[in-house]
Amino acid sequence: MPSIVKPVVTHPGLDRNALGLTIRDYEGGMSTLCAGCGHDSVTAAITHALWESDTPPHMIAKLSGIGCSAKTAAYFARGAHGFNGCHGRMPPIATGASAANRDLLCIGISGDGDSLSIGLGHLAHLVRRNVRMVYVIENNGVYGLTKGQFSASADVGSTTKRGEANHLQPIDPIFLGLSVGATFLARGFSGDKRQLVPIFRAAMAHRGLSVIDVISPCVTFNDHEGSTKSYLFTRQHDVQMTVTDFVPPAEEISATIPTEGVVSIPMHDGATLRFRSVPDGYDPTDRLAVMEHLMSARGRGEIVTGLLYIDEQSSDLHELGNTTEAPLTQVPYEKLCPGSAALAGVGFR
Amino acid sequence: MAEERFQVTRSKVNDFALKLANVNGTGSSSANNLLMRAIFRMGVPVSGKNLFPSNIQGLPTWYEIRVNKYGHVSRAREYDLMVAMNGQTYARDVAEVTSGGFTMYDSSWPLDRDLIREDVTYLGVPLAEMCNDEFKGPRERILMKNIACAGALVAMLGIDMEVIAQLLTEQFAGKEKLRESNQRALRLGHDYATSHFDYPLPCRIESMDATRGSILIDGNTAAALGCVYAGATVAAWYPITPSTSLMDAFAKYCAKFRRDPETGRNNYLVLQAEDELAAIGMVLGASWAGARAFTSTSGPGISLMQELLGMGYYAEIPAVIFDVQRVGPSTGMPTRVQQADILTCAYASHGDTKHVLLFPAHPAECFEMAPHAFDLAERFQTPVFVLSDLDIGMNDWVSPALEWDDSYVPDRGRVLDAGELRELEVFHRYEPADAESVAARTLPGVSELGAYFTRGSGHTIEGAYTEYPEEYQAVLDRLSRKHTAVAEHIPAPIVDDRAQAPLGIVTLGSCELAVLEAIELLGKREIAADYMRVRGFPFGAAVRAFLDAHDTIIVVEQNRDGQLRTLLTLETPVSKEKLRSVLAYGGYPLSAEDVVDGVTKIVEA
Repeated sequence: MPSIVKPVVTHPGLDRNALGLTIRDYEGGMSTLCAGCGHDSVTAAITHALWESDTPPHMIAKLSGIGCSAKTAAYFARGAHGFNGCHGRMPPIATGASAANRDLLCIGISGDGDSLSIGLGHLAHLVRRNVRMVYVIENNGVYGLTKGQFSASADVGSTTKRGEANHLQPIDPIFLGLSVGATFLARGFSGDKRQLVPIFRAAMAHRGLSVIDVISPCVTFNDHEGSTKSYLFTRQHDVQMTVTDFVPPAEEISATIPTEGVVSIPMHDGATLRFRSVPDGYDPTDRLAVMEHLMSARGRGEIVTGLLYIDEQSSDLHELGNTTEAPLTQVPYEKLCPGSAALAGVGFR
Repeated sequence: MAEERFQVTRSKVNDFALKLANVNGTGSSSANNLLMRAIFRMGVPVSGKNLFPSNIQGLPTWYEIRVNKYGHVSRAREYDLMVAMNGQTYARDVAEVTSGGFTMYDSSWPLDRDLIREDVTYLGVPLAEMCNDEFKGPRERILMKNIACAGALVAMLGIDMEVIAQLLTEQFAGKEKLRESNQRALRLGHDYATSHFDYPLPCRIESMDATRGSILIDGNTAAALGCVYAGATVAAWYPITPSTSLMDAFAKYCAKFRRDPETGRNNYLVLQAEDELAAIGMVLGASWAGARAFTSTSGPGISLMQELLGMGYYAEIPAVIFDVQRVGPSTGMPTRVQQADILTCAYASHGDTKHVLLFPAHPAECFEMAPHAFDLAERFQTPVFVLSDLDIGMNDWVSPALEWDDSYVPDRGRVLDAGELRELEVFHRYEPADAESVAARTLPGVSELGAYFTRGSGHTIEGAYTEYPEEYQAVLDRLSRKHTAVAEHIPAPIVDDRAQAPLGIVTLGSCELAVLEAIELLGKREIAADYMRVRGFPFGAAVRAFLDAHDTIIVVEQNRDGQLRTLLTLETPVSKEKLRSVLAYGGYPLSAEDVVDGVTKIVEA
């Protein structure tokens, strides 16, 4: 069988979350990605964040498109339903799933080909609708499964293994998101799990769509000299614009923690985002200021990471639709069917 | 030419056709509707067909009304009365008047002598002149011209003024000023006609009692209601003619029936997608999560949905797709009718796929087939297409009042809940299959025990990824058996084999009225034929039996290539030679004469 079942090994000493589950309970199938693939580190960070968040695995819905990134949805939360859709079409499928059952924690795993080429339109509209879900872009600048063509996130001047340079302007999902009304934008690096985990936790608590662009190097096709999405290049150019802590609702922020220079953003469910370190004048809730900072960082050749923009005020898909509080899948049929008597007024008589 | 003298040929009481030629965007449709509704209220079988352009203002538009006391109200090809209000199309319009018929025109301007036919009587009404004198402002003058024209027609057709007055009262309830000006315009046209012409015309209305218990409704409204009654909660769509009014109606009825009276919150969500790819994606996502979800579209949308439709088929996800067919290929003629999506829907998407199709013939069937489509989609975990068309969807039809059986229980198919999962040793998505080759599914958000990975890539009966031939084929072969099993759940064909003739006429959808009338007309020419209207695909035993029982079968449909005929030859054992075609695909609704001509040609060859 070409798929590999991962053996479940649980050590008795593993920590348990509020549901009594260990991190093993949030793992999935065995990865069939290349050894050293950045995506596997992203999987590890998501797994960790899910475990920390005490989410019951069956309430998670994992959705993906096509490509190496799409496979990773199978590598975490084996107790969750997964939907490996068509290339670029995950956003509408996730929108439908979220529309039907608003209680699901939808996690979309996508790549730069999936999100920025074939599915770019869908991503933009997912952002506009503010569908409540976590949307991860595992961004490596190349098409891996078809052996190394440039994707739409490849930087100008970045080269293939054979030395051909890319001449087309890249599409940056963070700028795209800022321009079409995103309410949560972050960029991470697969090599920095410490930064990724609190970002994922905040994303899971966010009311609306959170887009997390993760630079996730492709060890086989885009990790050479001349690539701007390699481990080395990313490490050398990574500038953490913000450092954020996610403080869950239960943990009151202690007054003894020094608060000087800290921007705290309350989230709608009672959690708090603490921006421990931000540049002077950086307000993660000010779309225009964020855009200016990112623009100038781009001019300096920096790969800016961190939780970059947050808007907890905007309405999500269900608020905009004034949908009932219970998931639509749980509304009993008796409430949905108007019954024969209501037909009396139908049609012209 | 004497306008006051009529050449009375034969009585055409409650048996005639008239056509109104207008410019679109001038408000003619409300006047047209008024006439159609008045005839319906007088108890006379009637049809109104709107032949409109894909345009907002300025292009030719026609409205055809056929009145027939026997209920034969398919489209007429010739008209006893032409209301020629559009100079752009005047020559073409006058040519369509039956010999001995009438043309009403606006005599505010002189008539071009070249366009006058000796065998047609001309009725000039100075509509523009009268309305310019009576009303102020260009917009009102233009709108009221149509109403004044309707007033003249009311007089000439013998329509009851009381009925018209009542209709205006209903239409303009609470808008007294509008009602008054409309009434005034009507009276203007009416009085001119009665004081200048011998009225009513030989083609006229006399009250009957043939529409009692009936309603006027269009198929898109009926389909939308069907979705409300079926319990659909998620609808996703992209605007496209001629299906837009289906989703508009769904949203309207949901706002009325689905807003929780206590909380004011909606028990539904309508998603206007960025394109049809997204619309079907949303439907699949919602159905996968356990909602009844649907989309409405037309041919170009079906083309865009192909990829995900294949996924719905292969991964076994329910979906309901209303395809309100219009003229293709490509953009085609968006406001004209065809039945040319049959094959593309039957085999939508790459690879070996086969879908389930339902073919409603009129609005009442659109209503009935909606819950049936959801039942089939969920029972068989597969996309189901309802192939309506522009004629059914956008025109008002005299229909039996819609009926709903309150004992209806949705067939949600085999879905395992947490308790059922606990009793299983292990859950596999695609086994075990039941007698109809369907395996139970699970929904996200219910239990870890039912977790699986839905994929459009090769999978085993357990749902795991595979590239091994035998594992892949095991699933694909079951899908084929499952499709076959659907046949017994498709509505049986409508058959009339009282003639016991060797000739059978097979048709589908909106061809019904024209074909039934044609069979009567053919009978008068000593050509006897049995009748079958298929109502869905895959074809069941009754369809095969009818094909078996007839020596020659003529398939009547509205496309160039005989798509239903092709599907019958591919999917039943019938011999290809036995099946002949009568086709109409110019974009206007089918006429009985089209069928009579085509069948006669084949039979007499």
